[in-house]
Amino acid sequence: MKKKIFVYSMVAVMAVTVMAGCNGGDSGSTGENPSDKKEAGEAGSDELYVYNWGEYIDEDVITQFEEETGIRVVYDLFETNEEMYPIIEAGAVTYDAVCPSDYMIQKMVDNDLLAEINFENIPNKDQIDPAYMEMSKAFDPENKFSVPYCWGTVGILYNTKRLGELGVEPPTKWADLWDERLSGEILMQDSVRDAFMVALKRDGFSMNSEDEVQLQQAKQALIDQKPLVQAYVIDQVRDKMIGGEAAVGVIYSGEMLYIQEEVADLGLDYTLEYVLPEEGTNLWLDSWVIPKNAKNKENAEKWIDFLCRPEIAKANFEYITYPTPNKGAFDLLDEELQNNKSVFPDMDSLVNCEVFHYLGDEVDSIYNDLWKEVKSN
Amino acid sequence: MSKKILAAPYLIWMTGFIVIPLALIVYYGLTDRSGAFTVANVASIATPEHIKALWLSLGLSLASTVVCLLLAYPLAMILRNRGIGRSSFIVFIFILPMWMNFLLRTMAWQTLLEKNGVINGILSVFHLPGQNLINTSGAIILGMVYNFLPFMVLPVYNVLSKIDNDTINAARDLGANEFQTFLRVWLPLSVPGIISGITMVFVPALTTFVISNLLGGSKILLIGNVIEQEFTRGSNWHLGSGLSLVLMVFILISMAVIAKYDKNGEGSAF
Repeated sequence: MKKKIFVYSMVAVMAVTVMAGCNGGDSGSTGENPSDKKEAGEAGSDELYVYNWGEYIDEDVITQFEEETGIRVVYDLFETNEEMYPIIEAGAVTYDAVCPSDYMIQKMVDNDLLAEINFENIPNKDQIDPAYMEMSKAFDPENKFSVPYCWGTVGILYNTKRLGELGVEPPTKWADLWDERLSGEILMQDSVRDAFMVALKRDGFSMNSEDEVQLQQAKQALIDQKPLVQAYVIDQVRDKMIGGEAAVGVIYSGEMLYIQEEVADLGLDYTLEYVLPEEGTNLWLDSWVIPKNAKNKENAEKWIDFLCRPEIAKANFEYITYPTPNKGAFDLLDEELQNNKSVFPDMDSLVNCEVFHYLGDEVDSIYNDLWKEVKSN
Repeated sequence: MSKKILAAPYLIWMTGFIVIPLALIVYYGLTDRSGAFTVANVASIATPEHIKALWLSLGLSLASTVVCLLLAYPLAMILRNRGIGRSSFIVFIFILPMWMNFLLRTMAWQTLLEKNGVINGILSVFHLPGQNLINTSGAIILGMVYNFLPFMVLPVYNVLSKIDNDTINAARDLGANEFQTFLRVWLPLSVPGIISGITMVFVPALTTFVISNLLGGSKILLIGNVIEQEFTRGSNWHLGSGLSLVLMVFILISMAVIAKYDKNGEGSAF
């Protein structure tokens, strides 16, 4: 009898762990658990809770900030915007500075989760190229809530040698990802909005489309493309392309510097090139914001100001390799890097690009349902 | 009194990590975003995409359970017929990989199966054509079998090793041949182990989403993937929980089956 209870509880434990595993179990955390220290934070003078993407800062910068200001930084990580949002919304853990992407910032503004930044405390804001403040207006119309941190585009990465073997000319547009000769050679992004962006842009629609007919057409396009796709992946695009697994892959521009260095270091007999598709693409921005329930708002402003310093932004750029909107940091870079068009594309090549908008929960769930149809097909 | 104190940690553990999470899933599963009661989340299992994912999951986990059983039973027989020292060494070898993280082991399969992976590398040395191994249903079944095989071997081995040699000898004395002995003695006596092995393989295989993501290239949508997406990407915890409740029905069925066939708990794994 006792053993039977054991089996029951074993099955129950397994069931729970399997399900609990769904709940974004892989978000790492380098700092201490903020909730442990909450009482100490009430005074709000010498602590700062930061919530950022994984591998999205040069760790030395944190130490340097702590030494300079005497503020102790508790640094936590998230992996997707969707994973971050409910945590900020629930407010069980209060963060002072968070770094979400464009459309998520818009969602947070809409739902009144963000505090207005006091820019008097951020003199280094002038270092940010005004072009990016302009870009930010797509999701933060009055530039009140966010300070740009990294930006980039999404494009096609291709393996010149593999394409040569297949007799396919290098891609220049999204429509090239529907080329039947590339069967089994395509890596697509495994995220709803990115995948639909490719299909919508291919047909000349806005990637923020809410039009039923356009979305159905995009869904059908993705279903048609599926037999050609080798895999839907996110971060693995980079390693799979370096490993020569596929001929073309949809990738975030920020990976380019790492890829180019890696290909050179490994002495591979092929090169990987990046192209911005003609139809236009997703232009994204990750910016620092301060949640409304932040306990150490002034420290957060100090933090953001610190990150806007040209030499700090440069250090972060060198670590993250995603393009920096910081004019001062850009000026400090080698000329060769400044002219690397894969990393810093010309502004006029971005004419057809768009920034993701938050479309509301209902439209979001339409996208999700359509994506499920694609995946289950 | 002192017994109660000793039981406290387990009680806290069970409430905190089993009862409360389950209650939360039930709560989320039966409410909508505004918090009102609804069965729509559970009923959504009937939509074509979800039904398809569920059938696919059932099919793949059934296939991997059958493969596991076919591999595990002969192995358990061999282990039983060896001396204690030797068999426990083999069991040890079997359990050894379980000490390493399951995610890492699955990722290792990725490296093996890839287009430029180890297996295709070996094939190309012998000038054999490369095979398309990864991102197929077969790769997912392979991953499931590899990861869950020990859960089948252990309970079956446990039951078999408890069968008294005298029972077998008696069957022989009474004129049963090998095949008859197997069919009339071995098999019926090992049913509890087989049933618990099947449950221990079938349930995790049914709910997995990591194996299908890594070895299926996210091209094959299982019910576990649907639930994972609702939680991490779609931010729809309600729908995810509702679908989890549906899966829980399968778990409850498995538990009922265990209770029916494994009355004395002989088939427990450890």
